[in-house]
Amino acid sequence: MGVLPQPVEALLETALVSELTVVDPSGRPVTHPLIPLYDGEVIYLTSSILFSKKLEHIKANPKVSLSISDPVAVKIDRFARATIQGDATVDDSDLHSGWERVLPLWRKKEPAIDMFLGKRVALPLFFERGVIEIRPRRAFLWEDGRTDRPPQVFEVARALA
Amino acid sequence: MKPNPDLIGGLEERFAHAVIAYVDEDGYPMSIATEFRVDADRGVVVLQAVAGEAQPRADERVNVVFSHIRPQPGIGYDERRYVSLWGPLRRAEEGLEFTPERQQHWDEQEMTFFEYSERGVPQALRYLERVSAEQGREVRPKLPFGWLFLRTTRLPFLTATFVPVLLGIAVAAWTNGFNWWLALITLIGGACIHLGLNVANDVFDTASGADAANMNPTQFSGGSRVVLYGLLSLRELALLSLGFYAVGIAIGIGLAAARGWDLLWVGVAGALVSVFYTAPPLKLVHRGLGDIAVFLGFGPIMVLGAYFVQAQEYDLEPLLASIPVGILIALVLYVNEVPDRPADAAAGKRTLPVRFSKDVVVNLYAAAVALAFGLIVVFAVAGWIVRPAIIALAAAPLSLPVYRALKEWYDQPYALMPAMAKNIQLHLATGVLLILGYVIAIVADAAMEDPPFFLT
Repeated sequence: MGVLPQPVEALLETALVSELTVVDPSGRPVTHPLIPLYDGEVIYLTSSILFSKKLEHIKANPKVSLSISDPVAVKIDRFARATIQGDATVDDSDLHSGWERVLPLWRKKEPAIDMFLGKRVALPLFFERGVIEIRPRRAFLWEDGRTDRPPQVFEVARALA
Repeated sequence: MKPNPDLIGGLEERFAHAVIAYVDEDGYPMSIATEFRVDADRGVVVLQAVAGEAQPRADERVNVVFSHIRPQPGIGYDERRYVSLWGPLRRAEEGLEFTPERQQHWDEQEMTFFEYSERGVPQALRYLERVSAEQGREVRPKLPFGWLFLRTTRLPFLTATFVPVLLGIAVAAWTNGFNWWLALITLIGGACIHLGLNVANDVFDTASGADAANMNPTQFSGGSRVVLYGLLSLRELALLSLGFYAVGIAIGIGLAAARGWDLLWVGVAGALVSVFYTAPPLKLVHRGLGDIAVFLGFGPIMVLGAYFVQAQEYDLEPLLASIPVGILIALVLYVNEVPDRPADAAAGKRTLPVRFSKDVVVNLYAAAVALAFGLIVVFAVAGWIVRPAIIALAAAPLSLPVYRALKEWYDQPYALMPAMAKNIQLHLATGVLLILGYVIAIVADAAMEDPPFFLT
């Protein structure tokens, strides 16, 4: 059992895409579709340096949110929607291979990643990647995906302190 | 970028839901999915109100995102697209009314992932600079040495050298005789000059900005991009090119000393064509003469050079045999220049596809292929090259998909990639079959006292 409520974890473990929202230096929210990976404690997302503005924004302001919203991208018996707020860090100490530690989680969702990785020579900068690690602080869950109804709210941040 | 009314108007067709993102009172972003409809006349997006305490404030400026993928079980997904809009949100009778003021979007069916990635290269390099400053050491992207060497030198294109060198050796083996060691050294020397050319071409295309301007590189065009990607420095690339040239020229001089100084006629011609292919002041490729340079370099010059090393003389037969393979290798460059033409034009490279219209380029391709195979027939039937070499005609059908792709996908670089690969196969297969024709003639001559005319 992880740090998040089970229905939220179920979404994280199956979602092929999520929306990561970061705050840019002007205070504006900026949202990026990314594959969420989850190990029961930390949510991981990886970002190529080709699309690295989000990494810079997180370094300047670690407050982020991640929503899982697309019923098509989630294979689960009972669809729900969730948003997780948390504090993010960027691990870019080894852009070349540091992200490979989350490859097993990535492979589960996108088996074709091994094929792409085999063609690393064709897209060398795509595989220079930073890892975004989100430690959840609060989670919102909308049963049945109905956001016109109030969400259940879970405070989780201190459990990780 | 200001919102495009067509993009906004098409949201309902292309996306099933929206996500509203805003910054809450604690300073954390909050993102909530909701239903939406577009009021195209007023240029607004009407979003269904969300419930609960987590609510965007009235008149808050928010980010509204529309995202779509299609899962492909066991593989991953495709059909990636998203639209991200920014603007004010206000409460209205129907729900939340959002007025887009800025947009950012990508749809992989409109812009390939490769091009989307290519456009991110400057951002990647800026990030590497910042990480280098943070870590107090130079952080560069990496590739394993073998892959980096392959990418930098564009090693697979060496077939363009192997075919003419082996053909020259085969003709010599038929007319005069054959020495394995000389053949091997000739191959290495030719390969070094070719790799020197490949790398030098990158040096000059990087320096001129031609490669940087090309947002649609393929594995056959657009250069190795190793400097653009920060994998190597321009200096390292230039040194590598000089190194290949030095070894190639040294081998050429050694062979000339051993086999006859007349070899220098083609050796010097080859080195000059190779160097001035992209180097100033001639910059042959910039003047639309690159195809002729490639024809000469990878046709008559290489075949005659390889022939001379074996036979210690020049002859008409290797010259004739070299013309079809020279034409076909020039066509490899010619077709590969098609997707590069916008970037080449921007960098002042007046290649033939830059100069000519699509119809002229396509028809010229067909005419050149017909000429190459027509010459094989004429030379073989006349006995000016060995008659079994006529089997090279079997490769001609490989040109048909290239011709069709040029007509159909002229403006779509990635759709042209299979045709570019097929065009390389056309040159390779024709060259191999010509060589095989000589092998058949040599074997027949050795095995039979009086071989029939069609085997010699």
